[in-house]
Amino acid sequence: MNEALHLAWSDWFQLFTHYLSLSLLAVGGAITTAPDMHRYLVEQQGWLSDSQFNASIAIAQAAPGPNVLFVALMGWHVGLNAGGLLPALFGVLVSMLGVMLPSSSLTYFTSRWSHANRELRAVRAFKQGMAPIVIALLIATGWILASAHGAPVQDWPLWLTTVVTTVIVWRTRLHLLWLLAAGGLLGWFGLV
Amino acid sequence: MQNPPATQRTQPQSLTDLFVSFTVLALQGFGGVLAVAQRELVEHKRWMTNEEFVEEWAVAQIMPGPNIINLCIMIGGRYFGLRGALAALAGMLLVPMLIVLLLALAYAQFATHPGVIGALRGMGAVAAGLIVATGLKLFPALKKNALGLAACIGFGVLCFVAVALLRWPLAYVLLGLGSIACVMTYRRLAP
Repeated sequence: MNEALHLAWSDWFQLFTHYLSLSLLAVGGAITTAPDMHRYLVEQQGWLSDSQFNASIAIAQAAPGPNVLFVALMGWHVGLNAGGLLPALFGVLVSMLGVMLPSSSLTYFTSRWSHANRELRAVRAFKQGMAPIVIALLIATGWILASAHGAPVQDWPLWLTTVVTTVIVWRTRLHLLWLLAAGGLLGWFGLV
Repeated sequence: MQNPPATQRTQPQSLTDLFVSFTVLALQGFGGVLAVAQRELVEHKRWMTNEEFVEEWAVAQIMPGPNIINLCIMIGGRYFGLRGALAALAGMLLVPMLIVLLLALAYAQFATHPGVIGALRGMGAVAAGLIVATGLKLFPALKKNALGLAACIGFGVLCFVAVALLRWPLAYVLLGLGSIACVMTYRRLAP
């Protein structure tokens, strides 16, 4: 964006409260609210371009660390559009605080309560009853990530990489970074 | 659920230990931190057993917000209260945030480089395998589950089909299947 965006304090406050309201809806991770962030930031307010929105998600997923940092990057880009590095840092602060504060507080107090009442039948039933579902969700998540590869016939090297990684991580204690580095190198040289 | 002998487990020594441990953990997590969390917290640091990890993860998953962030808040809070939760959270976010911002500055130049695109694709394939393997490793934790192994496998298969194959929204699956599983477990836990 060439034209500097003008963001008043009331706009920053709106951004903050919008993230506050999304925070408690983010069951299953902040990424589940990404469609609404797109609607608000790109379509409604025009604070962010489409390509900045996509880049924010792509960079956060490729980088080390929790994927929720895509929210920080969106704040960063909004700030950049509004005039430079200082607003960008302010954007990071506003959006991360907004998206983290409600959900983190709720988690903190819930886990204190559930730990203090861990012998309660209902608490034990919840934790044990959810266990098989949570484990299956992990495998499902891996499956969904892998289905971003094309059809197995055509993209078999990618699928093979996923399967080999699965077996190695499951059965050995090889450091995970070696595997990521190997995947990166194979990809860099166009082998997968 | 039975606790393992105390000798098998250690705990974080200080707030600094929490901060550093979670920073190290976060920096290893490309494309998601979960696989690394199980490896570091259960196998390496031994702060918790596989069974405890699954139980904590269930809470972290059902609460709103990023799962892995919820998990670090819960673990930090368990040992050092609010200060612990904040130390763990800062470890999880601070250094990774700096890296992500630097990457964002560099991204414009390298986004279209074929090597970079390929490397990201390769690392994505590895990351998918890491997550599947974590699920497989946690599977033995179900052996001691009050539901019984057969029912656990049944719920697991249903959940996989609903989320991975039918692509139903996560919230419905968690609410629907989750509440049935919890009620069944509650009845089996009858004193």
